[in-house]
Amino acid sequence: LGFRQLLSTVELVPHICVVGSGPAGFYTAQHLLKHHPQARVDIYEKQVVPFGLVRFGVAPDHPEVKNVINTFTQTAHSTRCAFRGNVTVGRDVSVSELRDAYHAVVLSYGAEDHRTLGIPGEELPGVLSARAFVGWYNGLPENHKLTPNLNCDTALILGQGNVALDVARILLTPIELLEKTDITADALRVLRQSQVKRVWIVGRRGPLQVAFTIKELREMIHLPRSQALLDPADFEGLEDLIKEAPRPRKRLTELLVQTALKPPKGEKADGKAEAPRAWGLRFLRSPLKVLPSPDGGRVAGIRLAVMKLEGSGENAQAVPTGAVEDVPCGLVWWFKSPSGVIATTMNDGFLTGQVLLQDLEEGVLPIGPKPGYSSIEPLLKNRGVQPVSFEDWEKLDAEEVAQGQAAGKPREKLVDPQQMLQLIGH
Amino acid sequence: LSAPSRRSSEDKVTIHFVNRDGEKLTTQGKVGDTLLDIVVNNNLDIDGFGACEGTLACSTCHLVFEEHIFGKLEAITDEENDMLDLAYGLTDTSRLGCQICLTKSMNNMTVRVPEAVADARQSIDLGKNS
Ligand SMILES: Cc1cc2nc3c(=O)[nH]c(=O)nc-3n(C[C@H](O)[C@H](O)[C@H](O)COP(=O)(O)OP(=O)(O)OC[C@H]3O[C@@H](n4cnc5c(N)ncnc54)[C@H](O)[C@@H]3O)c2cc1C
Ligand code: FES
Repeated sequence: LGFRQLLSTVELVPHICVVGSGPAGFYTAQHLLKHHPQARVDIYEKQVVPFGLVRFGVAPDHPEVKNVINTFTQTAHSTRCAFRGNVTVGRDVSVSELRDAYHAVVLSYGAEDHRTLGIPGEELPGVLSARAFVGWYNGLPENHKLTPNLNCDTALILGQGNVALDVARILLTPIELLEKTDITADALRVLRQSQVKRVWIVGRRGPLQVAFTIKELREMIHLPRSQALLDPADFEGLEDLIKEAPRPRKRLTELLVQTALKPPKGEKADGKAEAPRAWGLRFLRSPLKVLPSPDGGRVAGIRLAVMKLEGSGENAQAVPTGAVEDVPCGLVWWFKSPSGVIATTMNDGFLTGQVLLQDLEEGVLPIGPKPGYSSIEPLLKNRGVQPVSFEDWEKLDAEEVAQGQAAGKPREKLVDPQQMLQLIGH
Repeated sequence: LSAPSRRSSEDKVTIHFVNRDGEKLTTQGKVGDTLLDIVVNNNLDIDGFGACEGTLACSTCHLVFEEHIFGKLEAITDEENDMLDLAYGLTDTSRLGCQICLTKSMNNMTVRVPEAVADARQSIDLGKNS
């Protein structure tokens, strides 16, 4: 703590700009504010509202994960921290303008989204980016109009990570459970009419390479009124292969094997066997082509290349065997963008803050005074940009909570930026 | 001494936390409090501790226990194990602080905060397999 106390006697007030108000941005800000007694941090955000993927990514039925918002809110309440929402860096203000105004600019604007799947037929109605679908049920304004048509009985998801399980779970969860979450009203309306009864979750590699984690798998297994469709042949002998595996892989595989080979007996099993809905894992399949319905109007299935593994363990590679398989399905989701987790981001955020403070101390950053926001404000004004403050967000937050209460939900997300700006009197 | 105040003094348990930088934080809690409660109620300065507020949805409250205490802790649930699976720096005597309630016999125990925290979805890249 020594040098930080020393710094407090130095007159310089460092003005730091953080781009992006997701976990990375907020954890960086938290660290800077805590460890430098004078630093001022402005967090710029292109959305009207803060918190990035915690609001627009994390599934509505995982409210526990969103508890981090409370910590971020504390950070935002610091008198030395300001939220500048509704400002797109790179469009409304350039990075070089920010660099002129601040001692340092931290870019924490998240991962880029892949736009296409890259196989024939992907433009057919019924082929959806999982990321856009997630954005839609979580109220992301740019996905507001997605409103997918769920009038088929089989859906297929490409990818075996946690986002794939999020999508499968949202499709299969009994509607009365979703009604108690902050899922959007539009998503509830569409899901209420959903005909989807079966969801295939397809991976290029095998059961020892699945990317989802055990908590999410256990949730699928316990999903009310859904049963697991796991082919015992996929899981036989696996237990011998994982004796030396690291603990997470070992426990995950044991749970898969247990579910596939030793289904529950008795009453519970009867209930599951009659379950109206089901989800299953398909392995060693890679998408080749989306198959159209006879009129070409929408998806009727997907052609998958049958793969085999070369090598073993986490690094095993899938290579085509030459065989193909057609699977009928009325909807296809794909997911491509990698994404970490909130707490990895937490460590990275803290680290970024630490490095920045070190740079300050060692005089690597500009030493003279900097204007900070006072020189950006007129620029934004001239360009007709109306920044949203954290107090503004808190008004919107109160409005969302009030609207949600009326519907028995924790909140009803506002999805129209124009309406949001109106509500806060812009 | 009236009964309630006597009980409250008897119920106080002293705990030592060894923070990431090696600093020792000594504090007290009541029997029945979780270790997360202790950290929050006493404002212990452990960065990022308890991100999900005790709902078993992160692993930022990961703590390493002394062996003789660890052996006497209440049985662990699958759900806590699921979260611990992905905790950074897991040891044979690791538990999640939000799941451990103070008992009298924990008086004067030392728990260690592992060097870096990791969260449930860390070790595996979402969608890498797609
Ligand atoms: C569908 C999904 C579900 C997930 N579920 C979980 C979960 O349950 N648990 C978990 O631990 N992790 C989960 N994650 C991962 C977690 O959300 C991420 O690890 C985390 O949000 C990354 O934080 P970030 O700050 O780097 O990025 P983001 O959260 O993406 O934040 C980046 C911010 O920058 C803003 N921005 C982008 N460009 C600009 C610009 N030009 N100008 C200004 N602002 C800009 C964005 O609007 C956004 O608010 C999930 C991820 C996804 C995709
Ligand atoms: S506080 Fe999140 S698991 Fe304990």
